[in-house]
Amino acid sequence: MAEKVLMKGNEALAEGAIRAGCRFFAGYPITPQNEVPEYMSWRQEEVGGAFVQAESEVAAINMIYGAASTGTRAMTSSSSPGVSLKQEGISYMAGADLPCLIVNVMRGGPGLGNIAGAQGDYIQATRGGGNGDYRLIVLAPNSVEELGNFPKMAFELAEKYRIPAMILADGILGQMMEGMSYNFDPIDPKTLPAKPWALGINDGSRGKNMVSSYGLAEGELEKMILKRAERYALIERDEVRYEERFTEDADVIIVAYGISSRAAMAAVNALRSEGVKAGLFRPITLWPFPSKRIAELAQSCKAMLCAEMSLGQMIIDVKLATAGKIPVHLYAKPGAFFPVAEEIAVAVKSVLNGKKDFLFNLADLAEKADNTCHKPENKICKEGTLL
Amino acid sequence: MYQGVRIAGFGGQGVVSAGVLLAQAGLVEDKAVSWFPSYGPEMRGGTANCSVVISDTEVATPVVCAPDTAIVMNEPSLPKFEPMLKSGGLLIINSSLIKSKPTRTDIKVIYVPCNEIAEEVGSLRTSTMVALGAFAGNTGAVSLDAIENAMKKVFKRAKPEMIALNRKALEAGAKLKAE
Repeated sequence: MAEKVLMKGNEALAEGAIRAGCRFFAGYPITPQNEVPEYMSWRQEEVGGAFVQAESEVAAINMIYGAASTGTRAMTSSSSPGVSLKQEGISYMAGADLPCLIVNVMRGGPGLGNIAGAQGDYIQATRGGGNGDYRLIVLAPNSVEELGNFPKMAFELAEKYRIPAMILADGILGQMMEGMSYNFDPIDPKTLPAKPWALGINDGSRGKNMVSSYGLAEGELEKMILKRAERYALIERDEVRYEERFTEDADVIIVAYGISSRAAMAAVNALRSEGVKAGLFRPITLWPFPSKRIAELAQSCKAMLCAEMSLGQMIIDVKLATAGKIPVHLYAKPGAFFPVAEEIAVAVKSVLNGKKDFLFNLADLAEKADNTCHKPENKICKEGTLL
Repeated sequence: MYQGVRIAGFGGQGVVSAGVLLAQAGLVEDKAVSWFPSYGPEMRGGTANCSVVISDTEVATPVVCAPDTAIVMNEPSLPKFEPMLKSGGLLIINSSLIKSKPTRTDIKVIYVPCNEIAEEVGSLRTSTMVALGAFAGNTGAVSLDAIENAMKKVFKRAKPEMIALNRKALEAGAKLKAE
């Protein structure tokens, strides 16, 4: 393997996209992903690509729509509020079956939130986010090295299935530095196979190509959607990726993705050294979600604990996969706080001992709220003020 | 070996760059490393800090909440980072600028008059390098050679005489031992 170079996550990602053959980037600045457009602004020029600082996130995603229509490996990046703005364009690209790469370096939300790393956009990323019935391939790196190497995988999957792909990172991954080595040689986009569907100059040797997200004739849209669903089915069957550590004999399996999985791994190591059988399951593809494997693991472990920097979003998929066979608990760090390994370890022990320490439970919160000010007979509540 | 480090000081003292140097030095010695900056809103003259981890095994969390070592370069950083230190941890204090004393008794403390030493060495701008030298000399987490090597990688356009000057600052810091 090549010598590791110290790189910032955002820069490793941008360089990784260039190496993967990305030759069009449009974006609009937002912390904590600013190094991505900054890097692209000079690097695209070096490789003969194009960089546009768009006038808005909405403009940027629609520029990607145009570039991707020509078969160019095109990319945009932003952070949570900016990605919300892009949803219309993402929905249109999903409808037009356009491969592209969208990067979300998540920050705190909702609204403007804050600029620290968070994981509050899982549902938005995996359930569409824009209007209509569609999916994105969603990859969740947990290191600078994966941030740098995933753009290639994202473009390849996107092109194979003609679907937009998203890399869902967070502010910590984007801002941190680690040793980076690329596991692939730079790709010259001229050497990539031609895309027969792409728009461009037609010398008469082919028929008319059209890129469009609508089908107005009766029954046409249904046909388009069902055709797309076939590809979704293939993706769910063939493209699931995950990592497992110490799951074979684990009593409690922590399920965590992205940066949270690293705190979870530290917790697993600490617990194992105390003789507690904990394991880690890390989804790498958030869609397709590794439901099948989680269902298998639910047969051998006693419980699962989701560790998320949100009020619990991925846990919905884990609960669906385990189908009520085992309890699924939550350790939650909303508001862009970094998960603490020691707390996760305590949460695992709580799961094993039937305690509540560091387990997040809405029923407990409701009880707490009742005891403070939200009881119907409480005057403050009657006046419509929530504290 | 695992060293979680926090380096803190005024913006402009080079604490964030010093963190990059430490991480790069660890990488030079084939360690697993991470570096994470504070990037919140700050005013001019405000404080900056970063987390660095140097480890024999993979780095779990890049955000160092309980440092093995805290290097504090200005007064406001002392009350912020002293309480975070692990019990038995090392506190490196820039005594040129910090007049308060730490209150904890379960930690090791080194007072390094970084600014004075830096001026003796030849430039006040090397004061944070003096502190890095004290870190390397007392923890052994990275060697001075590795830091010098890292300087050449991180500051690619640095002139040889600047590298030599910074090396002198590192060596001066490395001589100071914990009380």
